[in-house]
Order: sequence, then structure tokens, then C-alpha cells
Amino acid sequence: MHPILTQLRRLVFYLLGWTPLAAMLTYLLAVPGGLTWWQAGSIAFPLCLLYAFVCLAAWYPCLATPLERSSVPRFLFTHVAGALVASTLWVLAARFLGRMLSGFRGFHGIDARLSGDLPLLFGTGILLYLLAVGFHYVLLAVEASRQAEARVMQAGLLARDAELRALKAQVNPHFLFNSLNSISALTASDPPRAREMCVLLGDFLRRTLGLGEKLAIPLSEEMSLIHAFLAVEKIRYGDRLRMEESVDPAALDAEVPPLLLQPLVENAIVHGVANLVEGGWIRLTIQRREGTLSVEIENQFDPEAPRRRRNGVGLENVRQRLEARYAAHATFAASAAGDNFRVTISLPAQSDEPRPLAHAASQEKAS
Amino acid sequence: MNFPADRKIRTIIVDDEDLARQVLREFLSAHSEVEIVAECANGFEAVKAVSEHKPDLVFLDIQMPKLDGFEVLELIGPGPAVIFVTAYDTFAIRAFEVHAVDYLLKPIGAQRFEAALECAEERLSGKLPSTAPPAVELAAAARPPQQYLDRIPVRDGASVFIIPVAKLDYAEAQDDYVALASQGKKHLKQQTISSLEAALDPSRFLRIHRSYIVNLERVAKIEPYGKDRYVAVLSSGAQLPVSRAGHARLCAFLDR
Repeated sequence: MHPILTQLRRLVFYLLGWTPLAAMLTYLLAVPGGLTWWQAGSIAFPLCLLYAFVCLAAWYPCLATPLERSSVPRFLFTHVAGALVASTLWVLAARFLGRMLSGFRGFHGIDARLSGDLPLLFGTGILLYLLAVGFHYVLLAVEASRQAEARVMQAGLLARDAELRALKAQVNPHFLFNSLNSISALTASDPPRAREMCVLLGDFLRRTLGLGEKLAIPLSEEMSLIHAFLAVEKIRYGDRLRMEESVDPAALDAEVPPLLLQPLVENAIVHGVANLVEGGWIRLTIQRREGTLSVEIENQFDPEAPRRRRNGVGLENVRQRLEARYAAHATFAASAAGDNFRVTISLPAQSDEPRPLAHAASQEKAS
Repeated sequence: MNFPADRKIRTIIVDDEDLARQVLREFLSAHSEVEIVAECANGFEAVKAVSEHKPDLVFLDIQMPKLDGFEVLELIGPGPAVIFVTAYDTFAIRAFEVHAVDYLLKPIGAQRFEAALECAEERLSGKLPSTAPPAVELAAAARPPQQYLDRIPVRDGASVFIIPVAKLDYAEAQDDYVALASQGKKHLKQQTISSLEAALDPSRFLRIHRSYIVNLERVAKIEPYGKDRYVAVLSSGAQLPVSRAGHARLCAFLDR
């Protein structure tokens, strides 16, 4: 489909662009052509309207003879032939119009006078058609660059998508290896507990399986995942890990991106509890208010602890995922005050199907 | 060092997780030549226990409260043989391999444990040369790329001070030591000034003299001092000599 015909707005602008050409033709027919202004106008405007559409047909030969890949003879032949055909059609149309109009009052003998102007009209037709060819090549170039831009953007979106998928499908290897070491310790000292920990670890891993493909899960599912994770960590850290939880029951059916909150809890353990000799508390508060889900995770930490060797990757990951999916509709804040570290996030609470990722990303681009 | 055959290998286990210490304890219980003299759950305890017990061998976890394993190693010096223990740390493991430092990966396997212990025993008895690199060098090799020192642990007897690099005014070379000036006090640490320079963020610290590194935020002014010589005046009032090369570096930095 011709790009100008796909949108009414474009077509209107295109036809407006022909108005000065029609005015010029009126002048040509009136002054050198010897018609009255009224007669010239009555002929020139309908003819130009018709020719405007005829010239749109130049799109197809232009498409078939791309500027950079066609030989010069072929290029010349195609467009000269096109111009001859178009202009011939135009002249025939002019004759037909002259004959039609000659029956009306004030237009007597116009067909005879017009036939003297036909060579002039033919020449103009050829020039106008060639002008249209130029115009269409510009249009093609614009279209091509727009497509290239769209491809680059699409590639960027795909890359980010893949990155996000890779990020969220990850279970922290630290967690896994340390848990296995705990199990190894328990096999000698407390075999039933070792078995229990195997089951808990298996439970957690099973819940994370397949989450990478899901766009969203109910908060209740994310909470079970967190509980499975905490059950394992509780064996490792014992009394050092103290978890307090307050979750609004109304929030449980809200859809959240999978493995969004679990890394926050893990972060609170790795950077908080694990660095405190006596351990510490973690407070998780989730509320749902007027379509917004607010999550707050607070934990104790040692401001003078040695820096962890994998720095803040978890938090940054969560922030990026929120931004990629919800753009300005989500917030993320992390702050430390004294020995208290707090992460607050808010995101739209939707209970039904969430918006697809690509859609959300294109909205972000548009805003 | 020659290790008498009838003496027990005095060993300290350092790990913040009880279960992780338990695994090592269990493996060591099969070795009558080994005596566990202390177990520590954090870095401070470890430094204290090492200076108290003067152990022959230390099992050292990397990620711990208070001080990490590398900081503990820096503070306890080259005395005991050290076997590092970690779950997963690509940069540290690469550094261990390069410097031929013994290490164990969690979950710890019995075979690997026996091999590491045997190796440590041979080093203690002098059959194998002790190749332990200076602790700061090992720590530098194990640091993740693009990460600079954010604090410097120093030791005075059994007590440990932590100097955040933001509070370090300048460092001065004194033979094998560096004197670290911070908040009106000077702390001595066994380290070369070049290795300290390499560990500090070059956008915040500059070597202005063969013997001086300065915290750029603390520099109040640069004054000429005699012909072709300069002195840096810090906001604390301290005056540090600036070498010609140091002056050029300072100017290049200020131009940026």
C-alpha cells in the first residue's frame, strides 16, 4: 500500500501541495494558452487533482528500481517511459474534459482552443511526473531510515528482554553452595535435620523453576517462595535470623513480577543479618491501597561491616526490572539510617492479567 | 621453620556459620596430630584469637562479620599457615590459584580437605616451601575489578581499628611500614606505600612524593617552597612535601 494513501492526513497534505501547481497550470493555460482565467481554472484544477493521483503511481516503478542498485539505462528508461505514459493519459483526459465542458455556457469552442495547448500540457505533465519520481525517492529514503531505526529499537528491546530474563532466572550460587555445606554438616550431627533441609532446598528450587518464563505471579506465590527460602536460611543462620512479616491479605492476589521480592529478602540477609555477630531482624510489610502495592523491607545492618564482594547487584536488578516493566508507575527507594536499612517499592496492583512487557516498554518509550 | 614431629598442630577455625565450623571440626577430628585451640565466628575474634594462641594453622572463611578473611590475613601477618574457605568467589579463587594459596570450596569434600591439610602440614614441617604472598598483595589480586579499597584495617596489639578511606588524610612511608594519618592520629601498618597506592581509588588519592600519598579532598593549597619545590598544605594544617613529578601529577589532576 502506498504510504500516502494509508493516512488521510498525509493525503490531505499531499493534495494541498498540488494547489500551487494547479495555480501555475491555470496561469499557463490563461496567459500563453489564451483561455480566460475562469476557463483555465476550471480545466487546471480538476486536471491537477487527477494528475496528483496518477503521479502516486510513480511509487511502484520507484520501488522496483531502487536508486542504489539499478543501472543508469534502466533507471532512465523506466522513468521516461512512465512519464510518457502518464503525460499521454493526462493529455487525453484534458481533451476529454475540454469536450465535456464545451457544451456549457461560457465554454464554447474550448476544445478547439485547448487542442492548441496540448503540447504545452504534455510537456508540463512530463515535468510534473519526473518531479513526483524525485519526491517518491525521498519518501523511500525516509521510510528506509525509519525502518532501520525501528529495527535498532526492536533489537534493543529484545536484548533488554533477554537480559531481564537472565537476571530473574538466577538463584544466587552463594546461597546454593552454603546451603549444601550446611546439609553436609548436618548429615553427621543431625541426619533427620539434614534430610529436612534437603527437602526445603528442593522445595525452594522447584518453586523457582519455570518462573523465568512467567511475566507475573500472584503475590501469594511469591510469598511462598520467600517462605521456602527463609526456611533454608533459618537452618543456616539459626537464631541470628529473625523475620517479622505483616502482609495485607487484600494484597495476596495482586500480580507481581516473579522473584522480585525474594532478592530483597536475600539482600537483607546477605548485607544485614550475615554481617551481624548476634544476627538481626528483617521486617517485611506489604500493603495494598487504591491500586498500588507498597512493599517495605527493613533490616538491621552493621554500617562498619566489610564491603560484600558482590556489591548491591540484587537491589540494582530489582530497580531495573521495575523501571523496565512499569516505567513511571513504579517507585524504588533504598536508604540507610543508623543501623537500619530500608528498601521501599511501590507498583501498580493488578489482580488480572498484567500488561505485556513489550507494550509497557513501548509506552515507556512514548512517554 | 622446622616443626617437631611430636608437637600438635594448633589450629583455629574461623567461620560465622556454626554448621560450617562443624564440618571442619568433624574432618579434623580424624587427625590426632591436630588440636583445635579456638573457633571464631567473626573477624575481630579471629585476630584476637590468633594473637592469643599463636596457632600453626588457620581455616579462614572469606565473608564474615566485622572483618573479611583477607583483612584478617593482613592483620595476623605471615605467622600461621592459612587455608581459605569460601562458597563461591571467582575473583578470590583466581587469586588463590595464582599465588598457590590453599583453599577449600563449600560444600567441602573429604578428599579435597585431606589434600589441603596435608599440603599445610608439609609446609609447616618445612618439606614444602612456604610460598604465602604478602597478605596485601593477595587481597589486591582477589579484589573484584574496578573496586578500590574503602577501608583500611590496622592493628595495635590485640585491638583492631578500621580507617574508612574517606577519613584518611594522608599516608607516609616509613621503611617497611606506612603511617596512616586519620583524624589527628597516626596508625602504623606493615605495607609498602606502592601497594597501598595501587589499592586506593586514583581519582581520590594521589602519590605526591616518593613517601607520600594524599587524600585530594584534604588538600587546602599548594605553596611554593624554595626553588622548584612545593609543599601541600592540608585542611588539618599538616604540610607534606611535593616532588616535582608529584607536582606535575597534581597539576594534571586539577586541570581535569
